[in-house]
Amino acid sequence: MRHNRAERMSEDDERQQSSPSDLEFTSNKARNCNATGSGSGHPEFQSPFPDQVLENVLENVLHFLTSRRDRNAASLVCKSWYRVEALTRSELFIGNCYAVSPDRATARFIRVRALHLKGKPRFADFNLMPPDWGAHFNPWALALAKAYPWLEKVYLKRMSVTDDDLATLAESFSGFKELVLVCCDGFGTSGLAIFVSKCRQLRVLDLIESEVTDDETDWISCFPEGESHLESLIFDCVECPINFEALERLVARSPSLKKLRLNRHVSIGQLYRLMIRAPQLTHLGTGSFSPLEVAGQGDQEPDYVTAFAACRSLVCLSGFREIIPDYLPAIYPVCSNLTSLNFSYANIDAEQLKPIISNCHKLQVFWVLDSICDEGLQAVAATCKELRELRVFPIDAREDSDGPVSEVGLQAISEGCRKLQSILYFCQRMTNAAVIAMSKNCPDLVVFRLCIMGRHRPDPVTGDPMDDGFGAIVMNCKKLTRLAVSGLLTDKAFDYIGRYGKLVRTLSVAFAGDSDMGLKYVLEGCPQLQKLEIRDSPFGDAALRSGLHHYYNMRFLWMSSCSLTRQGCQEIAHAMDRLVVEVIRSIGEEEMDDSVGTLYMYRSLEGPRTDAPKFVTIL
Amino acid sequence: MEGSVAYENDLNLKATELRLGLPGTDEREEQSVSNVRNKKRPLQDADEEFGANGKSDAQNETAPPAKAQIVGWPPIRSYRKNNFQPKKSESDGPGIYVKVSMDGAPYLRKIDLKVYTGYAELLQALENMFKFTIGEYSEREGYKGSDYAPTYEDKDGDWMLVGDVPWDMFVTSCKRLRIMKGSEARGLGGGV
Repeated sequence: MRHNRAERMSEDDERQQSSPSDLEFTSNKARNCNATGSGSGHPEFQSPFPDQVLENVLENVLHFLTSRRDRNAASLVCKSWYRVEALTRSELFIGNCYAVSPDRATARFIRVRALHLKGKPRFADFNLMPPDWGAHFNPWALALAKAYPWLEKVYLKRMSVTDDDLATLAESFSGFKELVLVCCDGFGTSGLAIFVSKCRQLRVLDLIESEVTDDETDWISCFPEGESHLESLIFDCVECPINFEALERLVARSPSLKKLRLNRHVSIGQLYRLMIRAPQLTHLGTGSFSPLEVAGQGDQEPDYVTAFAACRSLVCLSGFREIIPDYLPAIYPVCSNLTSLNFSYANIDAEQLKPIISNCHKLQVFWVLDSICDEGLQAVAATCKELRELRVFPIDAREDSDGPVSEVGLQAISEGCRKLQSILYFCQRMTNAAVIAMSKNCPDLVVFRLCIMGRHRPDPVTGDPMDDGFGAIVMNCKKLTRLAVSGLLTDKAFDYIGRYGKLVRTLSVAFAGDSDMGLKYVLEGCPQLQKLEIRDSPFGDAALRSGLHHYYNMRFLWMSSCSLTRQGCQEIAHAMDRLVVEVIRSIGEEEMDDSVGTLYMYRSLEGPRTDAPKFVTIL
Repeated sequence: MEGSVAYENDLNLKATELRLGLPGTDEREEQSVSNVRNKKRPLQDADEEFGANGKSDAQNETAPPAKAQIVGWPPIRSYRKNNFQPKKSESDGPGIYVKVSMDGAPYLRKIDLKVYTGYAELLQALENMFKFTIGEYSEREGYKGSDYAPTYEDKDGDWMLVGDVPWDMFVTSCKRLRIMKGSEARGLGGGV
């Protein structure tokens, strides 16, 4: 499961982009010949004594400001506040690694302890972007090493990280404590080995949905001997076998360990051995949840139920990567305490789910496969009254397979789980009626992502497009900030979104709309829009032009397989000099083709990047 | 069970249907298939068995015809896709695990009946597991030539001799196995 921070529901829950204040900074810099805000820790004062006192007071007060939105606002008050805010910001969030250069960032913020950096756009996850596009962590790693020797935490999402970068992190920061890599790639077990062997203060190593190359290095054995400070070790995405004995010893000498997520190479018997050594765990990823050999197990099976019962603090359970359902009853003792349960790798049916879920009264987050069918969802709705987040993934992710879940499941959830805030639902069929019902029953919805897997599929009962369903969502769910649409949609759906989706920050569109009007409605109507990703929809240059007033407020716009021409994109690039307009070619496309395969554009203080590969043209 | 009987009465196609599967495989598939699926398309099974990929959705006339797999659609990360597709083609649904006990042995074993294709394989596996020999099976006289007889408890709670019913019926009705020894075994073998 994704790394959950506090109550964050979705990855898009940032309050404010950092760039507007960066843009302000640039213009201030031009005006102000005394421009500091940069390297020096001792701003020059020609002002009298009272102002200096004020700045010191301000510095102490601003230390308490943690939200980056508040900090961005504070930095815009005046020069002095700008300077002091820059001195006191210890957590730096950069939503697009190309929006600002490492040098500029480290020059402005000089006392950073934690960096949160994001790279590729989300559609890269689905093979819509050729590999080696960019988002290299390397220049950042080097800049960080120079600027922040006291750095403690690095959180990366969709970045390319090499083994050398991991070595740089381990060698440059003596107090390094936390590394979280989400959807990253480019490194392997040898990089991990170097990293863990040199990070003596390591508390958190979370590898989430990342691709780790198997160099056949035994990285688990590389943790230093002696008591470890480990609080969290998450490696369920690592697809290589690990040295279990070394892991067992590591767990035994990590008294602070609270989160442990094993990969599928750890058998249930091995899980047992780990659990009895770490009953203090709060988050557990169970690994394969099946025995090493199915037939012919020599000894009596361990008492799994007792092992789970001993974990009195367990609130988050995941794993079950190769589950044998017979072992499911082992988790009964912890069900009533669970707030988060991830069954999204467990191919179980409704009957197998029911005895578990009927005890999960406190469940807030539930990820599951559609193998549980509508009936399983009905069981969830009957018990999980505290549910905040539901994700239903398809076992069979093809367009024309039979879907085990449908509008029936969605309706049931909407009626039973009134506090729902976030939903991701894959299905083969859905009705407007069920979506409308959810919009009324679940007014707290912040994230609504519905994926009807058949493209252009209308309401199977009425034959209508799905416009009214999504329209109801934006109308009735007043807190909605993230929306993903699907099914047969006309421009009308986008009209609704533009009219009512005033808080929408992230919008995902695929195979939808009739004409330029669709995109226009959204670009003109949604003032909070920050991330817009569109594929295979008939939006062209005219629609693109209608967003000129807004693009500097956005983190990025992605449009692939739409109706854009090179000329149209060029116009945008000419009109807005702080926008980087990338045209990304797929295999078979020529450089001077007039039609544009993929447009990816984003605001940036740096102009065209220098590390763009050959298949990227920056206009 | 009931579903397949109804199917036969309604359409009477099963008797003449050409299939690649063994008798009884339909029954197993239907049991593991969801209710929604069954209600929708009673004739679907023939298509499904041959792994129809890209056949158009019969419910939805307005959708474009047979679609090739589109890049990046549906938007699922590839490691999630890879986890389940092989499983789907190998077997429908989870395995059938039954406990096996042997008179005189101190511990139980567990086996997955789906792994075996017939009685010969199963009995061989049992012999290897418990280190004994099973005699020769005959319908009339049960297992001759050894002190052991493999038996199983079926859905109705009755103890039956392994081999009396067709393999697929056995797989779906077997709840657990017990390898009986001595006179009890001989009693079960003859005259039942």
